[in-house]
Amino acid sequence: MATEAEFSSVKIYVPQGSLGVGIFPEEVEYALAWGAHAMALDAGSTDAGAAYLAKGVSKNDRGSVKRDLGFLMDAQQKAGIPLLIGTAAQAGGDMNVDWTRDIALEIAREKGWSPKIAVLYSEQTAETMKAKLTDGKITNLPPLGDLDAATLDNCLHIVALMGPEPYHKALEAGADIIIGGRTSDPAVIAAFALWKGAPAGPSWHAGKIAECGAQSTTANTGQRGVLIEIHKDGFDVQPADPKTKALVTGISAHLLYENKSPWRLTEPGGELDVTKSEYIQLTDNTVRVTGSVWDPKPYTMKLEGATGDLYQSLLIVGIADPKVLAEPEVFHDHMLMRLKERVKTSLGLAEDEFDISLRMYGYNALSGMTPPPGSRPLEIGLMGVFTAGTQELAHAIANACNPYFFHMPIRLGEELPSYGWPFTPAEVDRGPVYQFVLNHVVHIDDPLELVRMEILDVAKAPTEEKAVA
Amino acid sequence: MPKVKEVCRHVRSKVAGPFWVTIDLMFDSQENYDRYSQSPTLSAASIGEIYDVDPATVQHYPVPALQVLKISYPRRGSQGGVEERDLHSGQQYTYLIDKEL
Repeated sequence: MATEAEFSSVKIYVPQGSLGVGIFPEEVEYALAWGAHAMALDAGSTDAGAAYLAKGVSKNDRGSVKRDLGFLMDAQQKAGIPLLIGTAAQAGGDMNVDWTRDIALEIAREKGWSPKIAVLYSEQTAETMKAKLTDGKITNLPPLGDLDAATLDNCLHIVALMGPEPYHKALEAGADIIIGGRTSDPAVIAAFALWKGAPAGPSWHAGKIAECGAQSTTANTGQRGVLIEIHKDGFDVQPADPKTKALVTGISAHLLYENKSPWRLTEPGGELDVTKSEYIQLTDNTVRVTGSVWDPKPYTMKLEGATGDLYQSLLIVGIADPKVLAEPEVFHDHMLMRLKERVKTSLGLAEDEFDISLRMYGYNALSGMTPPPGSRPLEIGLMGVFTAGTQELAHAIANACNPYFFHMPIRLGEELPSYGWPFTPAEVDRGPVYQFVLNHVVHIDDPLELVRMEILDVAKAPTEEKAVA
Repeated sequence: MPKVKEVCRHVRSKVAGPFWVTIDLMFDSQENYDRYSQSPTLSAASIGEIYDVDPATVQHYPVPALQVLKISYPRRGSQGGVEERDLHSGQQYTYLIDKEL
């Protein structure tokens, strides 16, 4: 690892906002001609929900990930520069990492390449985390309260967000390609620069700006890439597509995106503070950012854990009945009450053994709140969501509610309507409800303590035979 | 009184991690930012009422250099949970744009 005194500047190419969203090969060529010293990008986040962590699957399809990774591994071969990938396969659990590893090995073998591949795992066992909890090393973040051990036991997978240090270990080991588990998005981009001795403030800020690829530029899409050059007192950012531009407005606004605070960003080992950052239009398409500060803090890793211990079945009907459209609230409340009664009497369930929620699409499905007076829908798509402790029970509840979904009039005593079913059978079993249940950090002294690294020999490394997603 | 959408060039909402929602109100001029970003319509009490959350948990971040007011509040339920209606919270801004300032 280089020191800050030895550092002059470093160039990082961030090819896209998430591995597998579709790469533009001409941008890769442009970035190599520009003289990139490394390529870095993330491959996921929590945005799409807990299912990808819970199931250990990717959000992006295998063919698209293989295509994008193929272009980047080709660039790695040609230019001899490292490729760093964080949060493999959307969630960065061990299964997500292995899925991505196997694609990289498949590409290498097909092409006859033998890069040195490092794999970083940051999945945690409930036992390890329970020991940390007992030691008082886990603290909560708002709005969640204190953690109890049962919550950890209930998780299907738990990951800890890595900072740049595990990537430094892999770079020290001579890795050409690093496939990382769950990692802070800015960390994977900042890692190579920090390893080369770049100052921390600009490195982390550049990492944040580039995490969505070119989204902060006029390209305005995470499919496109950006080029960042970090120097002694700041960094420059430009799009990897010379037809588009980085502008002060877009770059300075990017810290707002998907972030609670526009000024400070808490990361493993410190906090990025951009309150004094200055942005200037360096050239027609390049913005220079200076004044970004890194405020070191005791080392913490954020924890993510996914549960899947509840199950849902659905019923969906279309309603154009004028009586219902005139009083959707009345209909909603009557129906919900009668469905709950039906489940209690027909299945003998207690109130706390199931949940029913009705979503009136075309009326208030998204908010669940009462629309302004006078709102009149043209038609309502009514989705019933039936939740219980097993799939069988959720299905049985939906089954019991089927007649009401089909025929319930807005008021008792009126002639029975027949609402519009889109398919048969009517019940849709949608599987587990995957939820994030951790919003906590684990305090550690050594950034590598909770991370495992493997260096693969491409010729010998086994791959797990898995169905193509 | 103008509506939010009449003094903002863009309003957007998004999850900020699985437990928070953040709304960015991008005003269309310095004048409108100065005049309306402190409006009671955008206060913690009002946001709490519109989104059915505890006003004490609503956070305001004025960003004068960008003429942006950023408002963050905790989600009512865990992302993707039993009562989920908007996983990415991408549509939550819509309940604000017609409010009068």
